[in-house]
Amino acid sequence: MNFQAVRSIYIFEMARFFRTLLQSFISPVISTSLYFVVFGAAIGSRIQEVEGVGYGAFIVPGLIMLSVMTQSTSNASFGIYFPKFIGTIYEHLSAPVNFLEITLGYVGAAVTKSLFIGLIILATAALFVDLQIQAPLAMLAFLVLTCISFSLLGFIIGIWASNFEQLQLIPLLVITPLVFLGGSFYSISMLPPLWQTITLFNPVVYLISGFRWSFFGLADVPIGISLLAIAGFTALCLGVIWWIFRTGWRLRT
Amino acid sequence: MAPIVSVQSLTKRYDSGFEALTDVSLDIREGEILALLGPNGAGKTTLISTICGITNPTSGRIEVGGHDTIEEFRAARSLIGLVPQEINLEPFEKVINSVRFSRGLFGQAPNDAYLDEVLARLSLTDKRDQKIVTLSGGMKRRVLIAKALSHEPRVLFLDEPTAGVDVELRRDMWDTVAELKASGVTIILTTHYIEEAEAIADRIAVINKGRILLVQDKEALMAEMGRKELRIELTEPVAEVPAALAEYDLERSEDGTALTYCYDTHAESTGITRLLTDLRGAGLHLRDLQTRQSSLEEIFVGLVTEPA
Ligand SMILES: Nc1ncnc2c1ncn2[C@@H]1O[C@H](COP(=O)(O)OP(=O)(O)OP(=O)(O)O)[C@@H](O)[C@H]1O
Ligand SMILES: [Mg+2]
Repeated sequence: MNFQAVRSIYIFEMARFFRTLLQSFISPVISTSLYFVVFGAAIGSRIQEVEGVGYGAFIVPGLIMLSVMTQSTSNASFGIYFPKFIGTIYEHLSAPVNFLEITLGYVGAAVTKSLFIGLIILATAALFVDLQIQAPLAMLAFLVLTCISFSLLGFIIGIWASNFEQLQLIPLLVITPLVFLGGSFYSISMLPPLWQTITLFNPVVYLISGFRWSFFGLADVPIGISLLAIAGFTALCLGVIWWIFRTGWRLRT
Repeated sequence: MAPIVSVQSLTKRYDSGFEALTDVSLDIREGEILALLGPNGAGKTTLISTICGITNPTSGRIEVGGHDTIEEFRAARSLIGLVPQEINLEPFEKVINSVRFSRGLFGQAPNDAYLDEVLARLSLTDKRDQKIVTLSGGMKRRVLIAKALSHEPRVLFLDEPTAGVDVELRRDMWDTVAELKASGVTIILTTHYIEEAEAIADRIAVINKGRILLVQDKEALMAEMGRKELRIELTEPVAEVPAALAEYDLERSEDGTALTYCYDTHAESTGITRLLTDLRGAGLHLRDLQTRQSSLEEIFVGLVTEPA
């Protein structure tokens, strides 16, 4: 195992993050505050409570998930796409590293960044609403697992993409709608029965449900299924990445 | 001594179906400077990329330091430093960070003292903490070299290190290459400047259309193929070479005002003195004499333009 390589990639990626630290910090704070103004104050004044939880607090887990999923995907995809784009990927390809080390470096950095952003949003939200977290460890575990699995997905997108449009296509066309429709801002039980069934095909539902459970003890689907869903998703992404490096798909000619 | 790099029957066919390398075999000796010459599209970069692991070989076998580049890729690649033809660098990173990254990627523990030494050797000390985007093209190329040397490789591939580099910087580069060789690094470089190969290489390999045409010691190559010509200009044109001079195999110019004599500089006797005497004997008068040595360039052009 080439730990030095993992460390180098991680440090190099984090340096990019620190160069834009202020921006990385401010934008989630502002967008979270906006969500609270719009959803919490405007809509929340009409929807008093969802299953016994104040609406403002109810949307916090979904809000964090929304940012963490999009940030993980875009950070990881950009991280590996950029060397391809500017041509520095030759170094990774000629270095004594295998897929696991490259993935650990890039995905590790992307996970760190999105975890940081997730925690900032949590802290910002705590300024607006009264939050109590029933199972803090489970909350953290869900958060970290989500960061990991979506960073893995982003990593795959970054390798697959051959231009900037493709890089943004999946986050925009797939992830954002799935998150919005996945119960970030409402409980599945508020939907008509047909839509409840359709929604169960959205994998994001399981992640948000599990995450929300760790806050309020409320879940749309059983917590065990949520865990299985995220484990399965992570395994799937790892499998795809393993195959990519084995075949050199989109990397080696 | 076992070769440091050994390429055996390497064929590379790109996904497009184009065969960029055909049955290439090449042994590189430890400690030498090998110049790889060939016209655009000959397959130089493809050969280097395949040895370094950037492209997959279609068939054949490559060993570096005795390690197979696929089965023992870690051991093989650890020995190699690569300076690519294109200047590919992370623009907003500082020089030192970029070099540190390369060292780590190749599995070496951080060692800033060594990296500072490398930067100094490449006259980059004052650029150490500057962003790469602020450097000139020649300096960026040096950063690429610093990155390639960052993990103390035993074999260094330089793909057109002096393309687009001014004369002074080119001489500096040659000195750097000579120093590296002195420190025991084996160097393989590609170039389009034949005088560069002539100046610094120990051996020359010529590649064209994906095939190696020749691999030879530079000195031997020049001696073997480097013949000298003596051009004799006459005061009066001659209709044909006088029979008395037949043994010299003289070549008459179109208008008959000049005769050319070819000789081998390494032969015991060049025959020039005797020829001059015999010219006078044949009643010819000299106006001028010129000698010319064929260069590596002519040898090269002769090789790659020969009908296949
Ligand atoms: N990825 C690729 N896919 C298909 N063909 C390729 C690819 N890369 C290179 N080639 C082709 O392979 C041949 C050899 O290219 P290569 O870059 O090795 O040449 P070269 O000797 O380095 O040339 P130059 O002196 O211009 O750098 C060329 O005909 C080129 O078009
Ligand atoms: Mg080339």
